[in-house]
Amino acid sequence: MLASRADHAGLGALAVAALCLVALGAGWFDGAVNALVVLVLIIVAAGVGALAALGGPQARRLLAPYGLMKPGLLWMALFFLAPVWSLLRISLSTKESRFSVQYDFGWAWENYSTAFSDFGAQFQRAFLYSAIATVLTILIGYPVAYVIAFRGGRFKNVLLGLVVIPFFTSYLIRTIAWSTILADQGPIVSVLRTFGLVGVFEFLQIMDNGKLLNTPAAVIGGLTYNFLPFMLLPIYVSLEKIDPSLVRAANDLYSTPTAAFRKVVLPLSVPGVFAGTLLTFIPAAGDFVNAQFLGNPNTTMIGNSIQDQFLRQNNYPVAAAMSTVLMASITALVLLYTRFFGTDDIA
Amino acid sequence: MSTLRSKIARNGLNVFAGLGLVYLFMPIFFIVLFSFNSPRGNFNIVWQGFTLDNWLNPFSESSLTAALWTSLRISAIATLISTVLGSMIAIALSRSPFVGSSAINLLLVLPLTTPEIVLGSSLATLFLGQTFVDFGTITIVIAHVMFQVSFVALTVRARIRGFDWTLEQAAADLGASPWRTFRLVTFPLILPGVLAAALLAFALSIDDFIITFFNAGSTVTFPLQIYGAARVRIPPQINVLASIVLFASIAILVFGTLRGRKAPNVSRRRPAGLRRVPLRRRPMSS
Repeated sequence: MLASRADHAGLGALAVAALCLVALGAGWFDGAVNALVVLVLIIVAAGVGALAALGGPQARRLLAPYGLMKPGLLWMALFFLAPVWSLLRISLSTKESRFSVQYDFGWAWENYSTAFSDFGAQFQRAFLYSAIATVLTILIGYPVAYVIAFRGGRFKNVLLGLVVIPFFTSYLIRTIAWSTILADQGPIVSVLRTFGLVGVFEFLQIMDNGKLLNTPAAVIGGLTYNFLPFMLLPIYVSLEKIDPSLVRAANDLYSTPTAAFRKVVLPLSVPGVFAGTLLTFIPAAGDFVNAQFLGNPNTTMIGNSIQDQFLRQNNYPVAAAMSTVLMASITALVLLYTRFFGTDDIA
Repeated sequence: MSTLRSKIARNGLNVFAGLGLVYLFMPIFFIVLFSFNSPRGNFNIVWQGFTLDNWLNPFSESSLTAALWTSLRISAIATLISTVLGSMIAIALSRSPFVGSSAINLLLVLPLTTPEIVLGSSLATLFLGQTFVDFGTITIVIAHVMFQVSFVALTVRARIRGFDWTLEQAAADLGASPWRTFRLVTFPLILPGVLAAALLAFALSIDDFIITFFNAGSTVTFPLQIYGAARVRIPPQINVLASIVLFASIAILVFGTLRGRKAPNVSRRRPAGLRRVPLRRRPMSS
């Protein structure tokens, strides 16, 4: 009887083992109880082993997927789920001084009010900049993906390779290269100066005081560049799946090219844009590299603040509170977004 | 008239796509170009003159070279672990439906929908509160495996979608042990997908900056070295090493495409020994 329900036993054992590891990793209990948790872990492992050994081939077949997944999922439980717990815990803790490593848990909600009052502007900029960058990656990525998917012909793979190749160089080196390009003595500013376009760019708020580097526009530009492939590739995948005969059918039925695009191609490529938006917006909102190398002290994003508070001020509680708020607000945005534009295949 | 208009629209789009590619390559062009620069100050920003010195001495910056080796070592270990763990998850997920698979799918997607800075800082809070392991190589490997496992599992799962699992049953029916079945049937067939996932995982690991930054302690990986150097001194050797990595990746990509063209689709490949075994009952033609 137990053998036929071995899959439930396997899932239960996996869940209990994951819970035990989270408890151990996040420090839910003290010494003596921890020993008990380890004991539970051993009993569960022994139980599943016994079931596999004695339950016969059917039990083994039902248990197999859980056995295969166990190492990977337990790794994630210990180093992904447990950290989220300890992050929440530290965000409600207090620390005696900058130099002590100890922190004491005590429902210290003031960390959250500090996070909002001192770093509200950084939160706003993080979401604003990454939203603008996401829109820009759609505007640039969609046409490029469209041309490669529908007009690439036999050069499709070569063109796709060309899109990916720039991202084989290090992220930091690429960003530093942009700071060279946008610098005051760099090529773009000198071209703009020769053509007298500096005024126009200043009017458009892209340039500031004749500078291109260290402006909000440079930060947004860096984010756009660095996350462009995360938008372009999912859009390409969804465009590539579209059967070209659908477009031909639309044309045969006297649809204009614009209408064919709007009514056939665009709706079918929505899943790609959806996946691309998540893959672009989420990392961009937490990024601090672009703001650091391409921005100025007034363009810092929440990532810069978390990094600074955590690693330089050793102010773990406030940094953890900011991380928690960032995680929570992104989760909320993703859930909202999924409700409105939801598709099943994010992964 | 409308043909002229659509022609302009058509070419306009192609030109836009071409400009898009130029935009993508702009910083790359500068990285390669400035690897030939002979800068006077500490920063390799202004073009001073052409030299081959940097390319002749790519490893003359010892701290940079050491950081590169550290990175390669960490990424190799992390990729090995995560490829094994992630592929096992992918095999379990795609072999047969089982109770709880949707929850596990969700758990796999979660790290991808969490900003890196949250992953990095939360993992650091876990290490802060314990005495088992100091920040360093081990914590970096742990962190990298943590985010790589999801990528490997999802990539391998996508690549082996449509894999004919009845082949395993056929091997078992013919008396092969589970391990022998895996070694001779399953593994050769899923290998291309596993290798693709391993390459992706390695690329993600060696270029990771944000998560590593929080969990590195005093260990310096290549990205961390560049970050530290960027404030004080940017030697042109950085550009040389970046260009070498770039050209090596292009070579791998070209090699992969040329080989991939010869290899047929994974799902249609059958191991030689099993080719003639009738695996599914065909409907009788009447």
